[in-house]
Amino acid sequence: MSEARRRRLLVLLGSLIVLAVALLASLLLGSHALAPSRVLDLLLHDDGSTEAAVIRGQRLPRTLLAAAVGAALGLAGAQMQALTRNPLADPGILGVNAGASLLVVVAVALVGVTGIGFYLWFAFAGAAVAAIGVYVLAGTGRQTATPMRLALAGVAVSAALTAATQTVILLDQEAFNEFRFWVTGSLEGRGWDVLLTVAPVLVVGAAVALAISPALGALVLGEDTAHGLGVRVRRTRMFAMLAITVLCGAATAAVGPIVFVGLAVPMIARHLVGHDQRWVAVCSVVLGACWLLGADILARILVAPQELAAGVVAAIAGAPVFVAVISRRKVPAL
Amino acid sequence: MTVSVEKGLVAPGRRAGRVTLRWRGWSLRFRVRSVLVLLGSVVAISVAAVIGLLLGELDLSFAEVLRALTGRSSDPLATYFVTEVRLPRVVTALVVGAALGAAGAVFQNLTGNPLGSPDIIGFTTGAATGALVQIIVVGGGPTAVALGALLGGLGTAALVWLLTRRTGLTGQRLVLIGLGVGVGLAALNTLLVARASLVAAQTAAQWLAGSLNAVLWPRTGWTAVAVLALVVPLCWLSRPLSMLPLGEDVAIASGVPVQRLRTALVLLAVGLVSVATAATGPIGFVALAAPQVSRRLIGVPSPGLVGSGITGALLVLVSDLLAQHLFSPTELAVGVVTGTLGGAYLVALLALEWRRSR
Repeated sequence: MSEARRRRLLVLLGSLIVLAVALLASLLLGSHALAPSRVLDLLLHDDGSTEAAVIRGQRLPRTLLAAAVGAALGLAGAQMQALTRNPLADPGILGVNAGASLLVVVAVALVGVTGIGFYLWFAFAGAAVAAIGVYVLAGTGRQTATPMRLALAGVAVSAALTAATQTVILLDQEAFNEFRFWVTGSLEGRGWDVLLTVAPVLVVGAAVALAISPALGALVLGEDTAHGLGVRVRRTRMFAMLAITVLCGAATAAVGPIVFVGLAVPMIARHLVGHDQRWVAVCSVVLGACWLLGADILARILVAPQELAAGVVAAIAGAPVFVAVISRRKVPAL
Repeated sequence: MTVSVEKGLVAPGRRAGRVTLRWRGWSLRFRVRSVLVLLGSVVAISVAAVIGLLLGELDLSFAEVLRALTGRSSDPLATYFVTEVRLPRVVTALVVGAALGAAGAVFQNLTGNPLGSPDIIGFTTGAATGALVQIIVVGGGPTAVALGALLGGLGTAALVWLLTRRTGLTGQRLVLIGLGVGVGLAALNTLLVARASLVAAQTAAQWLAGSLNAVLWPRTGWTAVAVLALVVPLCWLSRPLSMLPLGEDVAIASGVPVQRLRTALVLLAVGLVSVATAATGPIGFVALAAPQVSRRLIGVPSPGLVGSGITGALLVLVSDLLAQHLFSPTELAVGVVTGTLGGAYLVALLALEWRRSR
């Protein structure tokens, strides 16, 4: 076994262990202090008690959702950075967050405050429409959407959408009050209904994204090289965009805009396992899940019995980690 | 004086005329298109500035404005509106726009990435954090908020400098570290707003949208002086700056002290962004869009300082006019308009450019 391969396997194994620990910790920790054995018992048998309801109805779906959303964002980020060949490309660059935000505030302004089950659909629609708009713009003319075009188009569309969102929240106090909590990206009160709504979408998106990793890895080398290696450039790009939109749209719909996971996780993954896109993608899935789970655990225990938002914690606690990794090692090129 | 015109190839398939003026030992060589675009922008700025002075709660004629400006008006109300309300507003719009445009050009050249604008790599966010702490935690007035923003921006720059001190300040590292710091601070801002009282949060949201609604003279003067003090040395560095996008080796071989130049440029540009943000709140997207728009209008590969500054000034000034009068009497925040206008304009420009490039 080669040195590089052994290292990659070790990294993957290590991150899987971290993920397992994080999953367990997320189930055990919370405002209801319960013994680990009791928690495991309740997970296996529903005895109808309040504690069972807390564990099975709240902690379990919340934990699974945090892992799923983190994994989706990590994977989407990895494929996004490969697709645009820009290590600064965050899935948010597609306008996903901006589009979702706009439709959520518009929904609140028009219909009034309802709840996450209702915003979810607006957020997903907004994310999808924004992303499609970005692709259409970037694909103008005969050439396909090149990386630089995609980034520029995304930034331009996002700026316009963000400005529209700001207009609404400055005019409508209720929309602003609802928006300022939604935008923090929280897992509070997300139950089975949210998880089951987004899970199928996330699974399909992840399957497509992972399946095209080898082709995307070839695309990183340049369009001509990829073509020479037998990659269908246009089709790969299309599938990549589709998968990224679906993953980010569903993730944002479920918990609100989470920044940074999609940017930092793939970058760290690339530091750890090198440039093979297949490994980067797989590691980003695992590390993304760890990252958001860890953030959600911190969010629950830092100011207990109150809660912080996982999205805010993911960014504030993640930033030093990210800066440390970047400062210590050679800057990753793509 | 002799004039010679050459037709050179600038980009494949694109012809650009260059004109050289010679007079004794002096010569001035320039591209016709650059000069035309810059002149056009200056004319547009003048027109917009005059409109800004004419319109408002009290519509005035051109002659009245002229009299008020020269201090010969008999109408004290007109004099008050022109010199105390509208003039500082127009001046602030121009100064802040130019500062943001020039700073954006510096960062985009340094990082070789149009996404490397100070909006995205954290310096504006740091200024916002300083201001939000003042608004939400301390509860200070406008001057305290401006000082908070200034300190926040400079503090962020100091932090980024400390973090990159050991490893050296390359463009890529600046972007990445700035990005990491910026995202952390942005989350902190979100948290501050989410945990504030609704009233404080709304004040914060208004400040965050960027606004020229309450700018008055003494502060406008300070802003202008500070921006001027930063822009002059920046212009002096603009020639070596234009070497940086060619690559570090080429720049070093041409006698540019790359490392020192980068540090000086970053400090000056961060200073500009901080001063601008302190004056008006974060006016989004100007630092990103102005250099990109300018370089496309002029038709050069990397954005120049002067062009970006002028484009930024025009963008903010026109946006502020629209913010004031579009839905009058409701005044919009200027940042909202720069976002919409700049975003829409950049979208149109990109679509046009890409459609042509088949």
